[in-house]
Amino acid sequence: MSAGHTARLYVPGDSPLHRLAPEAKLVAVIAFVIAVAVTPREAVPAFAIDAAIVIVAMAVAGFGPRLVLVRLAVVLPFITFAFLIPFIAGGEQVEVLGVSLSREGLWGTWNIIAKAALGASASLLLAGTTPIPEILSGLGRLRVPPVLVAIVSFMFRYLDVIVDEMRLMRTAMTARGHDPRWLWQAKPIASSAGALFVRSYERGERVHASMLARGFTGTMPQLEQRRATGREWAAAAVVPTIALCAAIGGIILT
Amino acid sequence: MSATALSVDGISFTYPDGHRVLDALSLDVDHGERIALLGPNGAGKTTFALHLNGILELQAGAVTVDGIELVDRNLGEIRRKVGMVFQNADDQLFMPTVREDVAFGPANLGLRGDDLDARVDGALRSVDAEALADRAPHHLSGGEKRRVAIATVLAMEPAVLVLDEPTSGLDPAGRRELADLLDSLTLTQLVITHDLPFALELCPRSVVLSDGRVVADGDTADLLDDAELLAANRLELPFGFDPRAARDRPDDEVSA
Repeated sequence: MSAGHTARLYVPGDSPLHRLAPEAKLVAVIAFVIAVAVTPREAVPAFAIDAAIVIVAMAVAGFGPRLVLVRLAVVLPFITFAFLIPFIAGGEQVEVLGVSLSREGLWGTWNIIAKAALGASASLLLAGTTPIPEILSGLGRLRVPPVLVAIVSFMFRYLDVIVDEMRLMRTAMTARGHDPRWLWQAKPIASSAGALFVRSYERGERVHASMLARGFTGTMPQLEQRRATGREWAAAAVVPTIALCAAIGGIILT
Repeated sequence: MSATALSVDGISFTYPDGHRVLDALSLDVDHGERIALLGPNGAGKTTFALHLNGILELQAGAVTVDGIELVDRNLGEIRRKVGMVFQNADDQLFMPTVREDVAFGPANLGLRGDDLDARVDGALRSVDAEALADRAPHHLSGGEKRRVAIATVLAMEPAVLVLDEPTSGLDPAGRRELADLLDSLTLTQLVITHDLPFALELCPRSVVLSDGRVVADGDTADLLDDAELLAANRLELPFGFDPRAARDRPDDEVSA
């Protein structure tokens, strides 16, 4: 069995952020991301405030700078195109190191990178301090329809199992000399994807049978669990409130 | 309480492609009895098990569990009474944590709050898995998964426990722990297996299934001593295993 691909994002710990109720964290992260998204790009001090909040939160959660930087690298592929904007955008040009760049384009690049980094940091804080089962139960308490929560929960439960099956098939192919380098050698991969689909479908049927055997009637049972207290909501609200104030300040002043 | 814990009367099952798996199969199991269902791969053992709680619809014959007949309106009650432990624990453990998985069955029965917690704790305790409660099922070892799968079923307080190939994929120590666990449970058990020493150790009585029919029914040691019967039904004892000697060992718990 694998060590669990989906559990890797969680960083075990016992900080106040780890202990905070998951639904409060979820709402705080979403509100923070919205506040960052509506902040005007010219409001650089507002972004500085947002970054300061995130850095403080990471210190509280006990995340080291190395961990954060490695994980933030995830957004790199998505923002590479942002670096092209200054070269292709029109409008007023400025000289940087002898290269003529668009002023408008530079602001565009800054806007994408700053917002992507802040948004990704907030989500990695959530994922790093909250195990997946807690995020799921938090979604349930936020009144996300049980069927959606169940679908996400099954996805996480079986993702590892399916990835393991895929790896076993790849190992079996490699063991028999399969070493694809060119597109026309992709046929075994395509057919193994088909086999994987059929296997997963059959597993779905067996899981459903085992659910029926334990009295499943079509709706997931709702289990009562600890709800977020008023204090937890208030504590979680601090982060997005500051970010929102910074955003409003930015809108007024720029 | 009725006379038998489980009564199967002449059930037959044919797959849509015409392949006949069960052929007028009948079997009675008494309360508190532990019985092994033996047969080679493809004998219809799993198909038979899926009939006991109505996962597969009856095509012919009748099933009665603890005096309750298997018909559509009794389906919920039957599924509570028949605890089914599937062959692959990954198919059985589908919730994010062990605790939620064990709670799934009793919560479907309508239990909530303290009653539910008590049921879950009791089931985990009876398989010695309290320490696993907050773990994710896919991070458990094979033996732990099997024990938790049994707990998910025990939490429903069934009348009959049906185990489909419980020893498959277990290492010898895991197999030993499973045998001790099943031995400690007093409820009626139907153990589907082709692990003959396991059957001999746990079950005084065995039935042999072949081509969807019961071809032998009796004392487990007598059946395993019948080389002709075993050979005719593709059943094999491990090399050097003597069922008589194993049963007659003075420190053995097996009693005929």
